[in-house]
Amino acid sequence: MRRIFATLIALVIAMPAWAEIEIQEVTSPGGIKAWLVEDPSIPFTALELRFRGGTSLDDPDKRGAVYLMSGLIEEGAGDMDARSYARELESLAASFTYNASDDTVSISARFLTENRDEVIDLLRTTIHEPRFDQDAIDRVRAQVLSGLRSDETDPNDIAGRSFARMAYGDHPYGSEGKGTIESVSALTRDDIVAAYDNVFARDRLYVGAVGDISAEELGALLDKLLADLPETGKPIPDKAQVSITGGISVVDFDTPQSVALFAQKGIDRDDPDFFPAFILNHILGGGGFESRLMQEVREKRGLTYGVGTYLVPKDLASVYLGSVSSANDRIAEAVEVIRDEWARAASEGVTQKELDDAKTYLTGAYPLRFDGNGQIAGIMVGMQMEGLPIDYIATRNDKVNAVTLEDVNRVASELLDPEGLHFTVVGKPVGLETTN
Amino acid sequence: MVRALALFAALMTATPLLAEDGQEAVTTFTLDNGMDVVVVEDHRAPVVQHMVWYRAGSADEPIGASGVAHFLEHLLFKATDTLEAGEFSATVAANGGNDNAFTSYDYTAYFQRVAADRLELMMQMEADRMRNIRLTEADIETERDVILEERNQRTENNPRALFGEQMSAAQYLNHRYGVPIIGWQHEMEELDLDDALSFYRIHYSPNNAILVVTGDVDPEEVRVLAEKYYGVIPANPDLPERVRSQEPPQTAERRLTFKDPRVAQPYLQRSYLAPERDAGAQEKAAALYLLAELLGGGTTSYLNEKLQFEKQMAVYAGAFYRGVSLDDTTFDMVVVPAEGVSLQEAEDAMDQAVADFIAEGVNAEDLDRIKMQLRAAQTYARDNVDGIGNRYGRALTTGLTVEDVQAWPDILQAVTGEDIIAAAREVLQPEASVTGWLMRDDEVTQ
Repeated sequence: MRRIFATLIALVIAMPAWAEIEIQEVTSPGGIKAWLVEDPSIPFTALELRFRGGTSLDDPDKRGAVYLMSGLIEEGAGDMDARSYARELESLAASFTYNASDDTVSISARFLTENRDEVIDLLRTTIHEPRFDQDAIDRVRAQVLSGLRSDETDPNDIAGRSFARMAYGDHPYGSEGKGTIESVSALTRDDIVAAYDNVFARDRLYVGAVGDISAEELGALLDKLLADLPETGKPIPDKAQVSITGGISVVDFDTPQSVALFAQKGIDRDDPDFFPAFILNHILGGGGFESRLMQEVREKRGLTYGVGTYLVPKDLASVYLGSVSSANDRIAEAVEVIRDEWARAASEGVTQKELDDAKTYLTGAYPLRFDGNGQIAGIMVGMQMEGLPIDYIATRNDKVNAVTLEDVNRVASELLDPEGLHFTVVGKPVGLETTN
Repeated sequence: MVRALALFAALMTATPLLAEDGQEAVTTFTLDNGMDVVVVEDHRAPVVQHMVWYRAGSADEPIGASGVAHFLEHLLFKATDTLEAGEFSATVAANGGNDNAFTSYDYTAYFQRVAADRLELMMQMEADRMRNIRLTEADIETERDVILEERNQRTENNPRALFGEQMSAAQYLNHRYGVPIIGWQHEMEELDLDDALSFYRIHYSPNNAILVVTGDVDPEEVRVLAEKYYGVIPANPDLPERVRSQEPPQTAERRLTFKDPRVAQPYLQRSYLAPERDAGAQEKAAALYLLAELLGGGTTSYLNEKLQFEKQMAVYAGAFYRGVSLDDTTFDMVVVPAEGVSLQEAEDAMDQAVADFIAEGVNAEDLDRIKMQLRAAQTYARDNVDGIGNRYGRALTTGLTVEDVQAWPDILQAVTGEDIIAAAREVLQPEASVTGWLMRDDEVTQ
């Protein structure tokens, strides 16, 4: 009983038509570079500004300063206190969102064409003249502390913190970018101002814009917004030494379902073997319902609602990470199945059919990412930060298709380290104990 | 700065904020067998989203089989007469697409995102599983374990979710909305093949479904394909009317405390039984929507103004109204007290603020600002046609019509401050309310 769809599938196996995404590189009169996709079909623009460095710029005794600072940018600027600032932004129907991660601080803006100049005036004031009023600091600090308290009893957060401490030690990656209750409680206004000075500088700025704006208009806008930023900020920290040894750490926590993070050494984004590793990961645990781990752990055994793996190449370290959660009396079996699959992929590699299916999926799904102005602006900034060429989108699928079965299986045997796989398990797991 | 508190906003299903616009390219029609079709065009990228929505959700389940609507949703990824178990998703993936499904109180929906030239294959497979699933006992056993682990992950491991279940159960005296979508654990454990197939036979038919296609498509081509694949499926002449037991008048204020050692940040929640958006009569719902925005929609909202900025008693306050619902819905408020402020003090401050809001009347500038944002949202919405498609799917499975969806933005703009205060006076009645305190295990109730 093969199926009525066989012919149809054969017909459509050719590549889907391409999203025509035309990226221009724009250099403003003041020398700020940006990537632009001009698309006037909807009268608004998405603008993504990203500053490399992120929460890793925190001094060790000021953990959480960058994160808190990024939450305070929108809490009053120029002659507007937090409340009048919020009213002004709402009345313009624009949105500015701020995000601070290990490697970046980003500002994602969305604004209508009809009042673009006013919005950019406001954003300029926001970036250059944040007030950091003491009452705003105290109020937002209380929000961050509330979140940190919740994280303390969230099994996923507990697992993440425990793993990071083990893998990265004293490096900024080894602790939570939001800081701790102790460190955040001690931050002063001077610390916030110092974090601001550390983060916002032109030498670490990447820009993407998509929507109803021309290259000339964007150039002028960028100069107005960003030309007056200082040339340099705080130096980016050194790379992290990753230390992951095989075994199990159990963190005792009274909850019905155990949450496990598993990890081993990873692979850098600019490693020549990154694409084979990327495809390998898709087959092993990255690719939705079809991955080996989803098939073995969920579809065949019903041990979990979800299991997934991720190559995590960050600026200062790369790891290969996965997660799974299962009832306390079933997590040991899930761990065993994952270990076995890890070992099987390392020793036997993958099949030609798995490789072909992965390539079809990865090349076909690639254009689905480019859906929406803000989404595309974010992708373009990511490409710039990774040092990819401006024509990368057109060549990316060729790189996927060029990977051979020998490549994937060589990388599988070199990269996958079943002995070095470490499981951090939070819960009351039956039959699992800390090993080392 | 609400990012750290996203979890509280996530407590509530977001009310659709985006409004319609004459410039949205929406085409609707109905097949001869009664299947409704909505097409939203966006030709910027060669991508399509194909969805089928069924007018069947957890509130349509039989007594004792809670969770079966969602269980069946999982089982639709198993075998049919012509596809092996898992082959549906594998085929979507082999065509470079993604697929999934979701279940709510009033609907179950299945979708694929894929290159536009693969639409026909998606329709062929989705039409197939509307009538032809073939389940085995092994499927039931394994997938039941999966949904129990899903409940573990979403609910049992999360005291906020457990608290929310108790709030809903207390709010609804007689309506099925008081039962969680995923099901009560003890009933999920007993779900069997008959439960799943019975729900399937009753509810899965073209005259109980809506096809929503968004993206780089031509409505005429969608019509031809829809007639070819869905149009040939006979309507179910025995499709039952969606009759559900309704709420009696609610006459007693309810209070509950939920204690769990895993609670690190206590908070309080208040819900009121509230009317939903009804076909041809959405005005009151529009007033309640704006009431939620004014009271607790953002930094400048009344509750945040009073509790966060003036009295500094809360780290967060919010108000929520879910208007898209087949039957009576709720209007909700949440306050997360500041350190050193008790839940009782926070609740008193919240009640005082709401009373003051009603007494003062609506500030015209605040209302204008929200209306301006709603108009802008119509422009931003055109960047996300899948979102537009979802809006139609939700509306058409909850008793609204295409005309209601398209009239909504103008109805919102026409709401006056007096309408909002009148709606607040009518709906915010203590005897139709539930007040819940989520607490640490060691806290003393006063």
